[in-house]
Amino acid sequence: MRNPINQVVTDMKPSGIRKFFDIVSEMKDAISLGVGEPDFDTPWHVCEEGIYSFERGKTHYTSNAGLIELRDEISKYMKRHYGLEYDCNENIFVTVGGSEAIDLSMRVMLSPGDEVIIPQPSYVSYEPCVLLAGGKAKIVNLKAENEFKLTKDELLEAINEHTKCLILPFPNNPTGSIMTKEELEDIAEVCIEKDILVVSDEIYSELTYGEEKHTSIASLPGMWERTVVINGFSKSHAMTGWRLGYACGPELIIKQMLKVHQFAIMCAPTTSQYAAVEALRNGDKDVERMRSAYDQRRRFLIKELRDMGLECFEAKGAFYVFPCIKSLEMTSDEFATRLLYEEKVAVVPGTAFGDCGEGFLRISYAYSIDNLKIALERIRRFVERRRAEIAE
Amino acid sequence: MDIEILKAIDQNAKLTPAELAAMLGKEEAYVAKEIETMEKEHVICGYPTLINWDKTEGERVTALIEVKVTPQRGMGFDKIAERIYKFDEVEALYLMSGGYDLTVMLVGKSLKEVAEFVSSKLAPMESVVSTATHFVLKKYKQHGLEMDSEKEDERMLITP
Repeated sequence: MRNPINQVVTDMKPSGIRKFFDIVSEMKDAISLGVGEPDFDTPWHVCEEGIYSFERGKTHYTSNAGLIELRDEISKYMKRHYGLEYDCNENIFVTVGGSEAIDLSMRVMLSPGDEVIIPQPSYVSYEPCVLLAGGKAKIVNLKAENEFKLTKDELLEAINEHTKCLILPFPNNPTGSIMTKEELEDIAEVCIEKDILVVSDEIYSELTYGEEKHTSIASLPGMWERTVVINGFSKSHAMTGWRLGYACGPELIIKQMLKVHQFAIMCAPTTSQYAAVEALRNGDKDVERMRSAYDQRRRFLIKELRDMGLECFEAKGAFYVFPCIKSLEMTSDEFATRLLYEEKVAVVPGTAFGDCGEGFLRISYAYSIDNLKIALERIRRFVERRRAEIAE
Repeated sequence: MDIEILKAIDQNAKLTPAELAAMLGKEEAYVAKEIETMEKEHVICGYPTLINWDKTEGERVTALIEVKVTPQRGMGFDKIAERIYKFDEVEALYLMSGGYDLTVMLVGKSLKEVAEFVSSKLAPMESVVSTATHFVLKKYKQHGLEMDSEKEDERMLITP
């Protein structure tokens, strides 16, 4: 029989997180700090709106771009929160999670040979999406000393004549790093000068802590027309299972993304769209409530990890911290595996998000304080034991 | 008065000053001092435990009693309210707007005991005009917490 599989897919590495997932799944009583989704349930008034949509018989397709009410709310939300002007008919469409929008943006922008700059550590699906779209991924290894932010020099060094696009993943999963307006201005300057498009994955935009609120690179002068902003409801409104996201950008690109979406997906789930309208109309207080809970856990976690003697920069976004374990003279994979077997706590090795994640761990704080306390006690025990081993 | 501290302990009284300090980004000594002050000023009135008595062997019934009273000259409702809430059986007492004046939450061992209290203690009070007793059949949610939620974390253990 002939090889049934496409060569790009055959060559694609399986997700590093998958391997770890398989080990963890066998341990029924493990405490996990390895989850990339909110611990909160979707706010009830949002769920009710979904239920109500069934009762009204709203069980059909919507328009390809999504419900006009929802696009209208997204338009208002982008203006209200980030000062971005997007027309609900020309610049916005609703996707099946942010993930679909990442995939579509690559498929629509790339021609064979085009390069996409992907800063890592970052979310696992950027590189595969680039490859599937026939592009080439140019990885930038972000540095701990820069708190895993992308610098102008790093970007300049990665650019060559094939570079078409930059994927900008901030606030960042897995590092929790954010980029300030000033830092984004440096990046924007390069993108404009070198004529580079930007896909800005802002799925964690509502989850920033401290004085600095999230700035979208699309709001900087000269960037609106070259940026696709990807966002959604999963993280901000605890709606991961509803599979709902959206893409905003210049009509030139959005129109083509919508064309592919129309053939591949038809439309995002109708129930989820009705629920999302409610989330945007009346959900700001939920977002604030959850944000404030995450912030407390974040401070608690960073303090505890530092007390253990682990280096941990102050992550100000998403719901992850990214401590360094190099002082324990083991790889991320060894640490995570031993921690799991010896103390039954699951964390994700930094290497699951790129080679430069070696020496780091992603610890999620989408868990209650009580849960974090137990897990941290076990991590502390493990770290102390490891230190004693090294001393011997 | 630090509202952030209050919000944090409202749902979890077991947090220590050290933990609260870490969570709120404040000094432990400051948190301890604030809590002490708020206790003294009766902003924090106590730390009771939320117990689901339905799951225990103990016999226990709760009743909500609507009470209409005649307020007393110069004292309003406070005097009569005090006479009622001083009873150990009274778990909570609220002054209400609307169709009646006081809500009395009463705890007793049995329906009979509660009925006895109403007929022998509450109803005969001079200022009490009428009472209507409603027994609580099941408590679903109290103090913002779902009483019977043994909810498992349904998330997969590891996700990207």
